[in-house]
Amino acid sequence: MSFPWANEYKPSHPLMQWLDEKLPLPRFVYNAVGAGYPVPRNLNYMWNFGVLAGVCLMIQIVTGVILAMHYAANTGVAFDSVEHIMRDVNWGWMLRYAHANGASAFFVVVYIHIFRGFFYSSYKAPREMIWLLGVVIFLLMMATAFMGYVLPWGQMSFWGAKVITGLFGAIPLVGEPLQQWLLGGFSPDQAALNRFFSLHFLLPFVLAGVIILHIWALHIPGSSNPTGVEVKQESDTVPFHPYYTAKDGFGLGVFLILYCAVLFFAPNALGHPDNYIAANPLSTPAHIVPEWYFWPFYAILRAFTSDFFFIPAKLMGVLAMFSAILVWFFLPWLDTSPVRSGHYRPLFRKFFYLLLVDVAVLGYCGGAPAAEPFVMISQIAAAYYFLHFLVILPLVSSIEKPQPLPYSITEAVLGTDEGAVLNANPAAA
Amino acid sequence: MADEATIDPAEVTGEGVRRRDFINIAAVSFAGVGGLAVLYPLVSQMSASADVLAESSTEIDVSAIAPGQAIKAVFRKQPVFLRNLTKAEIAEAEKVDAGSLRDPQTLEERTKPGKTNWLITMGVCTHLGCVPLGAGEGEVKGEFGGYFCPCHGSVYDTAARIRKGPAPKNLEVPPYEFTSDTVVKIG
Repeated sequence: MSFPWANEYKPSHPLMQWLDEKLPLPRFVYNAVGAGYPVPRNLNYMWNFGVLAGVCLMIQIVTGVILAMHYAANTGVAFDSVEHIMRDVNWGWMLRYAHANGASAFFVVVYIHIFRGFFYSSYKAPREMIWLLGVVIFLLMMATAFMGYVLPWGQMSFWGAKVITGLFGAIPLVGEPLQQWLLGGFSPDQAALNRFFSLHFLLPFVLAGVIILHIWALHIPGSSNPTGVEVKQESDTVPFHPYYTAKDGFGLGVFLILYCAVLFFAPNALGHPDNYIAANPLSTPAHIVPEWYFWPFYAILRAFTSDFFFIPAKLMGVLAMFSAILVWFFLPWLDTSPVRSGHYRPLFRKFFYLLLVDVAVLGYCGGAPAAEPFVMISQIAAAYYFLHFLVILPLVSSIEKPQPLPYSITEAVLGTDEGAVLNANPAAA
Repeated sequence: MADEATIDPAEVTGEGVRRRDFINIAAVSFAGVGGLAVLYPLVSQMSASADVLAESSTEIDVSAIAPGQAIKAVFRKQPVFLRNLTKAEIAEAEKVDAGSLRDPQTLEERTKPGKTNWLITMGVCTHLGCVPLGAGEGEVKGEFGGYFCPCHGSVYDTAARIRKGPAPKNLEVPPYEFTSDTVVKIG
């Protein structure tokens, strides 16, 4: 599971020795995030975001469980109970803003985490399973966030639920019964609100379970690193504690400053004013948009305006939107270059930044009204998005000439590596 | 269990089928069928409950709607548009060649015989479920004089047929009947 030079857990206190024999939980923690987990010595701050995502989940669970103590999932009182939290419950406003902006913070962190994976090809062997579980985590996050946004039962909550469940209605034959089954009725109402609340409470714990698998899978090959060169020797690593607990601690401090700045000074900046109007099934807000973190995918959904190969435009949009994420599952096999890190892949690097711009453009279009020129821009950007994963990535992998890799992480950090010199002349010895 | 280690070779020969295999298959099948039987209520509970279905029929008095006017009612917790078409609107709807439309239907097919002026449709855009404008007083009716959906710009004509924009279908005509000259029962 770990490298042979990993520190061994040696409890000194008799009580800890007793505990280690009966239930080696401290040993488990020591080996997972303590001095017993050797980590590449060259990790940069991009490697902070896994821990930050874990912190975000904890913030969401703590604030969410508390909010559930004051919230009522009933269409008659849901909106009022949220206002009750905001106005009457002690510190309720802070807890709700912490939860709502915590969702945004969670997505910011996870998007950086994902794009870190894209740039450093963290998905490549032997880490495919970590990546696949990561995509599952992202899908679960999206489902959880969507259902959470419905709970305040404002205008955007209601119409968001209507539009998103309407997507399932696009599926041929079973679409409409499926939509009615999901909602427990013909449009979002009591049944839908109540089950969304139940699932919104459940899914974060499922998420925590998959995250444990994600970390378990990570600890088999160990963390990747900015050079993409695998760990060869003890001098390539440092123990997670205190080196990365300290580095993650610093990153956490920076994150909390930014999070609190939004939470306390601009808590509604990322929200929609329409959601402070109670849900009205007879009146649609003029401009329905999901939360910002869904915008790139929403833009892909809306990019299909006419039928395509006999497939209706509406279904095509739904398929494309889901495919935009499902394509990530195939990433370990689409990028066939043996070099991992974007630092040593000049051509790949250019396309990586182009993808970053492309997703930003999609995000902007997804938040804009569905009118020209945004529709055409999102069509082009959506086409490029799929082109990147399905054509450019395999092509770049086969034609690119990567730059030379360092012999080891130690060499990359120190400039020389004694191990490299000795191994270079085994016959001379 | 003690026999496991010393299985009679004669019993293993042939197809390699043992009495225990039968018991295994029978037990797993039984548990599997039982598991599936339990799954059914777990899935079925998600469907619309009896009270939701019970509310899915609505009676509406249309006597107060003058030609050219429309009202919004609620059917299955969704808006439904009841519109008394003017002669000009009927003529405009009949003028169009139905075959040339995205969802080909004539006004006759979308209304009851002898009641062509009563256009009763769901107020739910067939694109992504927004409520189109055009039924309320002073609302935009779109360039074809019917309904206009502000969400993604679908335009419906005076027979509530899709004419322009992303929606794939005409506004749905719910099942309804005139229980008297002035009362419509929807659902």
